[in-house]
Parts: sequence; structure tokens; C-alpha cells
Amino acid sequence: MTATVPLLVETLFPNGISHYLLGGILIGLGTAVIYLGTAIPAGASTFLESTLSYVSKLSRFQQPKFIASRDWRVVFTLGIVAGAAGYSLIAGDFGWTTEVQPWRLFLGGILIGVGTRLGKGCTSGHGVCGVGSGSSTSIANVAVFMIVAVGVAQLVMALGVSP
Amino acid sequence: MSAQKDHEQHPLFLPLIFVGGLIFGAGLAMSQMARPEVVLAFLQFSDLGLLFVMGGAAAVVGTTIFVASQSGRSAPLTGKRYARRLKSMDRNVMYGGTIFGVGWGLSGICPGAAYASLGIGNAAILYGIVGMFIGAYLQGYLREAKAESMSGQPAD
Repeated sequence: MTATVPLLVETLFPNGISHYLLGGILIGLGTAVIYLGTAIPAGASTFLESTLSYVSKLSRFQQPKFIASRDWRVVFTLGIVAGAAGYSLIAGDFGWTTEVQPWRLFLGGILIGVGTRLGKGCTSGHGVCGVGSGSSTSIANVAVFMIVAVGVAQLVMALGVSP
Repeated sequence: MSAQKDHEQHPLFLPLIFVGGLIFGAGLAMSQMARPEVVLAFLQFSDLGLLFVMGGAAAVVGTTIFVASQSGRSAPLTGKRYARRLKSMDRNVMYGGTIFGVGWGLSGICPGAAYASLGIGNAAILYGIVGMFIGAYLQGYLREAKAESMSGQPAD
């Protein structure tokens, strides 16, 4: 009985949990620093539309909320890129490349672009800030994308698509 | 036409955003959520570590937002009142969540993790990032076309 628990942990978390937990806490701290300084619960996907406002005349993108936030959202995204680059350079695994096929990244990306903007947020906006706010809208959104994503990922695996 | 910009209020606004982004990006690299394979392993139940990434982040942010919004104070760099992130519920939240879920399950990427993935030197992620911009443009275009056809004049 006492041996079952470590075995279960090893099965569910074959790579341990410490880097997952510490990484998650850092993601939370980055969001918290911005929130405490500005009261803005920053999400990552609004960047897509606010950046389009630089180049598209569509009034959907020319909304004041996008114009007002587009500069800092570019800075936020550059920070994310630089922070990840810095960490991987120090850790010595910079240059790691995914083997997931380009068509999956591209088609998935299109659906993510549509879905996060239609649904008012993504893994960080709804998943971290919204769930952290106890927002029932965000909790419902996260539950839906989580369940659907598990289903699709399992289906893709069952169909033998790999990587 | 000169919309007020969020960052015109305080010289430390943009530096703080950058520092927050650095920490956020380092966390995505450390947790390996910047790797699509790790996200797919979670969704396929072979490694549930991502629960701790999202749980850890939500716990830190949840505590911060709760304490700050209870304080009744305002943020030093914007003067904005601390408040919870609450969005209105409508059908689009469910449709959007479903479409995002299909994309996330197919590719193992999401917006923040994709930016971080570029940072760790994963150039192939550009397929995903370009796709995201196309998708964001597409929904904006279609929603605007729909609004125009319903009102009979340009939506503004």
C-alpha cells in the first residue's frame, strides 16, 4: 500500500514536478509584477489583434482598447521572447527544435488565433488571470478548451499522427 | 483619433512590462511549456506535469489579485483601481473556447508559450505564430463583415 503512492507519482509525472511547479510560479510572478504595477491582468493573445491594428484598417482592430495597449503588448511579447531565450541560454538548451509537424503548428495556430480572440482570452488571460480572479466566464472557457484539447490530442494520437 | 495610450502616464510603465515579460518567458522556458511535445504529453496523459505549471501560476496570480483588489488601492504606475479580471459570458466564449481547444490539442501550442518557444530558439514555431495572426485577422474580418451585413452599414 505504501509503495503504491510513489509508483503512481512516477507514472503520472515521469519527469518529476519541481521544474513544472517552479516554472509555473515564475509565470505567475511575471503576471503579478505587471498587475501590481499597473492593475492590468495581462494576457498573451490580445497581442495578436492589437498588433494587427498597426497594419489593418479594419475597425475591429482599430478599437481604442487595442490602439491604447498595442505598444506595451509588443514590449510584453518581446520580454517573453527575451526571458525564454535568457533562461535557455543559461540552462544550455537553446536551439531546441520541435518535431511536431509544420502543418499541425500552422493549422493549430489559425484555430488558436480565431478561438482565443472570439473567446476573449487564452491560457494566460482566462487560464491564469481569469481563473485566478474566480471568474465563472473564464472557468467555463478553460473547462471547454481543456476538454476539447484532450479529446483532439487523443484522437490525433489514435490516428497515428506523430509527431 | 489620438487614442490615449496606456503607457503615456508613467516612465516606468514600459520597463516594468518588459521585466514582467522576462519573468513570464523564463517561467515558460523553465516549465518546458514552450515545447509543444510537453503540452501534447499532458493532453495525452503521459505526463501530467502541466497541471503544476498552470496551477502554480493561477495560485500566485489568484492570491495577488485577491489581496490587491481587497485593498481598495490603485496601481502606482497607472492610477487604475485593482480589480478582478471579469469578462461577460456569451456564446462566443464557448465557441471560442471550443475552437481554441481544437487548435491547442492539434498543435500543443498557445500564444504565450509560442512567443517563448521562439525565444528558446525553436524557429519552427513561426509556422504556428504566423497561423495565429492569420486566424486573428480572419475572425476580425468575418465578424466585421457579419456586423456590416446585419446593420446594412459599416460597423464602427
